[in-house]
Amino acid sequence: MIPGSFEYHRPGSVAEAVALLSRHSDDARLLAGGHSLIPMMKLRMAQPEHIVDLQDISTLHGIAQDGDTIVIGALTTQNDVIGSNVLAETCPILREAALLIADPQVRYCGTVGGNVANGDPGNDMPAIMQALNASYRAEGPNGVRNIAARDFYEASFFTALGEDEVLTQVRIPTPAAGHGAAYVKQKRKVGDYATAAAAVILSVSGGNCTAASIALTNVGDTPLYAEAAGQALVGTNLDAAAVDAAVQAAQAITQPVSDGRGPAEFRTHVAGIAVRRAIALAQERAS
Amino acid sequence: MSNMHIKMTVNGKAVEGLAEPRTLLIHFLRENLNLTGPHIGCDTSHCGACTVDINGKSVKSCTMFVAQAQGADVTTIEGIAEADGTLHALQEAFREHHGLQCGFCTPGMITRALRLLQENPDPSEEEIRYGISGNLCRCTGYQNIVTAIRAAADQLNTAREAAE
Ligand SMILES: Cc1cc2nc3c(=O)[nH]c(=O)nc-3n(C[C@H](O)[C@H](O)[C@H](O)COP(=O)(O)OP(=O)(O)OC[C@H]3O[C@@H](n4cnc5c(N)ncnc54)[C@H](O)[C@@H]3O)c2cc1C
Ligand code: FES
Ligand code: FES
Repeated sequence: MIPGSFEYHRPGSVAEAVALLSRHSDDARLLAGGHSLIPMMKLRMAQPEHIVDLQDISTLHGIAQDGDTIVIGALTTQNDVIGSNVLAETCPILREAALLIADPQVRYCGTVGGNVANGDPGNDMPAIMQALNASYRAEGPNGVRNIAARDFYEASFFTALGEDEVLTQVRIPTPAAGHGAAYVKQKRKVGDYATAAAAVILSVSGGNCTAASIALTNVGDTPLYAEAAGQALVGTNLDAAAVDAAVQAAQAITQPVSDGRGPAEFRTHVAGIAVRRAIALAQERAS
Repeated sequence: MSNMHIKMTVNGKAVEGLAEPRTLLIHFLRENLNLTGPHIGCDTSHCGACTVDINGKSVKSCTMFVAQAQGADVTTIEGIAEADGTLHALQEAFREHHGLQCGFCTPGMITRALRLLQENPDPSEEEIRYGISGNLCRCTGYQNIVTAIRAAADQLNTAREAAE
């Protein structure tokens, strides 16, 4: 499988990358780790005439703490996420999820920016970013803007990012100390996208849930922020009735397709189980 | 589209060649450089037969454009034995423990295992299985591959301790 021809660019700065995107408008694509784009180009589902490889832009690498925000550079790889002490301490759900993405080779290449910008509902990071209420920083010809992960995804492979914008950072409000979080993903084998998966983040005080957010992967056209499901937990002691209500609220917004991972009804069922297990794990991990 | 002048270091040697940027690294290695150790198993980023080491990372070379590897430091299975032909401990262990049958997956397995042992010199069985989960083998059932990697780890650790 040979991809179509393209002209290759390797800009050294975001400004240069933006200029290249503006000049070649709809014929150009950014290349980060290439592990979603290259397979699509090999299948000729994407045939860009210009490839703008971001690898030399050093400002896009790295994980840092900026006040009460965790800032992840777009080119940070999934493998970097797994190895990050900062994330292990402040936001362990990212490591848990990264370990469930693809396989070691893919994780050395695949980037956080590419994973969230791609727009494939099968990608695992977007739902987690929605649960964390992260935002994405985008830089384009008209300057810089931040887009909430909860507003970013419009349809499969359609996002709020402009054709001439580069996603430079993922910015996560540092989760409350003592929060509990879990990402539960069901997949058929290593390297498979989720049949369904759920991210749950919650805080517990004196046995009562004081905050909760829930989001789902691969059971709709986009990642799904299940706001009502989180609300169903807040103010309860996470008893069976509250958990049932959250599971039902989450299942109610799923619209999976039937595919090799199972019929739609089954995937909605799995989403419910993932939510239930993730709530239990998050509760256990909260302190 | 015009060819790019590609330069990289492969198995310690500076190499160059002309190739279209869309050329996949695996094709450049096999067809331009005649390094046919890395194999094309699936061509869909799943099997790991094409695994090479690039700048300290295990990479599926069917999923990288040659242009991305411009200037990179690449190691293939051909670069793992000593210059005089003495096999690397991993290669010896795969032979000793029957870590291969048809051998098709072996170059990718060994190249991946080399990086795994560099990052984690004393892996548990579970860590080995997880660490090679991007490499498929249709013959062995993996058991002997895992045994071989563990044996190579012991061998390398003993040699390292002896040298200290
Ligand atoms: C075998 C296999 C299994 C996989 N399994 C999973 C899985 O289980 N879960 C999962 O989440 N993913 C999975 N993936 C996908 C993998 O995680 C990709 O690496 C990831 O989706 C995209 O990241 P990338 O850096 O490779 O992006 P690329 O492929 O380089 O880019 C993807 C898209 O995002 C755009 N883009 C990239 N970076 C930016 C940026 N900074 N700003 C704006 N646009 C940008 C590109 O133009 C392109 O359209 C798998 C991939 C493979 C090959
Ligand atoms: S040929 Fe590259 S992963 Fe199978
Ligand atoms: S030995 Fe035949 S595929 Fe592994």
